[in-house]
Amino acid sequence: MKYTLMVNEGPYQHQSSDTALQFARAALDKGHEIFRVFFYHDGVNNGTRLAVPPKDDRMLQKEWSELAEKHGLDLVICIAAAQRRGLMDASEAKRQGLTADNIAPGFRISGLGQLIEGGIESDRTLVFGD
Amino acid sequence: MAMLHIVNKSPFERNALKSCLAHALAGDAVLLIEDAVIGAVSGTSLASELQAAMSEQAVSIYALGPDLSARGVSEQRMLDGIQVVDYAGFVDLTVANEKTQSWL
Repeated sequence: MKYTLMVNEGPYQHQSSDTALQFARAALDKGHEIFRVFFYHDGVNNGTRLAVPPKDDRMLQKEWSELAEKHGLDLVICIAAAQRRGLMDASEAKRQGLTADNIAPGFRISGLGQLIEGGIESDRTLVFGD
Repeated sequence: MAMLHIVNKSPFERNALKSCLAHALAGDAVLLIEDAVIGAVSGTSLASELQAAMSEQAVSIYALGPDLSARGVSEQRMLDGIQVVDYAGFVDLTVANEKTQSWL
């Protein structure tokens, strides 16, 4: 079965990104396909590579990146939500005249159309949020 | 055309579970995750409503095992009839039900 997941919360406000990650792992373990994970609202905070949590803390940003690399996941960050929260890839940083970018490996920045397309292309769309 | 309703709020904090039960149809499934698993405890003010949903409305109620454990709710403390699933069981529920609705 083909899934699109929507994640609306960051790693430090709510459990929903943890739940989404565990769900994604379980679905992949069962042989299902994750067509896309769309990060919206504070969910875009899952996509920074500059977070440095304490060593004994979980690091969701890295776990999403690693899962994406292992399974070729398409992790999409909403551009409007990202700009508000200072999440940039190299081209977006350049376009905005900023000196740095911070997007984590495996993530890309795009628009809401990607969520709609995910809903159309997938058998199931699940929302994880607060 | 059964629907999986996913609830993640404690029923003692928000009314998402009550709203969900009011909308759930016979054959639907309700999955309690995150803080909503507190609603699975027996003997609460919500117990009779959940029991009625299961017996009279023919709605199946599930709770996510890892979230129950995280909150110290053992199976002995749970309301009869609520089924415990792990994340794999969560995935199976999304396969078995054609639609999912997160009651955020």
